[in-house]
Amino acid sequence: MNVTLRVWRQENGDHAGRMVTYPVDGVSPDMSFLEVLDVLNERLTLAGEDPVAFDSDCREGICGSCGLVINGVAHGPKELVTACQLPMRTFADGEVIEVEPWRAGPFPVIKDLVVDRGALDRIIQAGGYISSPTGTAPEAHSVLVPKRDADAAFDAATCIGCGACVAACPNGSAALFLGAKITHLGLLPQGQPERRSRALGMIGQHDAEGFGGCTQIGECTAVCPKGIQMHVISRYHRDVLGALRHRDT
Amino acid sequence: MTTANPTRSGPRARAARSTVALKAVMAVTGLIMVLFLLAHMYGNLKLFEGWTAFDDYAHHLRTMGEPYLPYGGGLWIIRVVLLASVGAHIWAAAVLWARSRRATGGRGGGRYESPRARRGVQRSYASFTMRWGGVTVALFVAYHLLHLTSNTIHPGGASSSPYERTVNGFEIWWVVVSYTAAMLAIGLHLRHGFWSSFATLGANTSLRRRQQLNAWAVVVALVITIGFLVPPYAVLLGWVG
Repeated sequence: MNVTLRVWRQENGDHAGRMVTYPVDGVSPDMSFLEVLDVLNERLTLAGEDPVAFDSDCREGICGSCGLVINGVAHGPKELVTACQLPMRTFADGEVIEVEPWRAGPFPVIKDLVVDRGALDRIIQAGGYISSPTGTAPEAHSVLVPKRDADAAFDAATCIGCGACVAACPNGSAALFLGAKITHLGLLPQGQPERRSRALGMIGQHDAEGFGGCTQIGECTAVCPKGIQMHVISRYHRDVLGALRHRDT
Repeated sequence: MTTANPTRSGPRARAARSTVALKAVMAVTGLIMVLFLLAHMYGNLKLFEGWTAFDDYAHHLRTMGEPYLPYGGGLWIIRVVLLASVGAHIWAAAVLWARSRRATGGRGGGRYESPRARRGVQRSYASFTMRWGGVTVALFVAYHLLHLTSNTIHPGGASSSPYERTVNGFEIWWVVVSYTAAMLAIGLHLRHGFWSSFATLGANTSLRRRQQLNAWAVVVALVITIGFLVPPYAVLLGWVG
């Protein structure tokens, strides 16, 4: 199949960017979207042009490196997959496909489709540590975790921190990311001692980075490659508001 | 001063000024206003009980709480609570709106070059109307108070009787049209706002609960919109006069 890519090209944060059109032929429907960018880059390099910069690492949907807004939707039109797992058969032969970087104030463009997502790391950092015994591994049954909590914590822990939720949010909020991280630790016994200080620290950093507030619209959940649901947001709100009610936090 | 003031810059103080705290303010004040709307709607429907019942109800609003409260005291307590709620709701909305604009380069959900997903993937129509719809509702409330509370504006004729003021006003088609537009704006605002307030306060605990809260939001929005629209149309169509 043949497709036409319209790709956001931007030399760096100091230069204005623009959409540039590249026809790509000989695309196999079984290729992933990133493989089409690889093919394009090979041709650009051979022609002596600057290849399109984009992030990728594992290419199996678990590392959270890749992140492209494809046809206006973070990670493209297929649900529950990252851009690296998006097969070209999702698109029609001859389709014009628009490719842009994540856009949000706290995600400055470094080059082309690569943005700096360090803000998400600083939110994690602001969450601090958890108290957990180290040394010899404790007996697995010494701390019991109800199955429901274990499952829900695991569901939240599947967040790969790609930032698609921010890219899709009309308010540029990282609420789904924040909710996933706070839910993941807050549901487990190891996460209890610092549960309040963690919620306060993380929301403070989230806002200091310049992310917007959550208006419960749910566009984040529609693009999340891990299917994380909005109740993690409600849960982190409960933790923040609960922590604010306790003077000793 | 070389040291930062811990009470202003500590994690607790930052969280108290956070988007979550502001949204909680919006949620609580919004729910207070929903309670008021339900009571207001109940009062409006007294129109069908006739002139005396409607005007008596309006009078009783002023005598409620007597003799513990002076004449009009109870009503003024409600007015102060409502005014504080409206003020806090608008203030928090303005701060959050500014933060959203900063986070998205002022372009919100339309910040991508591709025009194909400007309407989002799954968002409701109501969610688009919250900000400008809220401004519309605020302007309507000012007009509504000038019309039926202070009677400064009196299409169809001024009157000291609340019943007569209502009937005089709603016999005019453009008054009903403007009222209808405002009620639709409120309905859409409540459709998203009711769900959002509970989710913000932490009530959205599962996928199932999300569906239930959204269903309740639709019910509340429909009840309030229809409940407020029945009296003016009854007057316009001559069922009440």
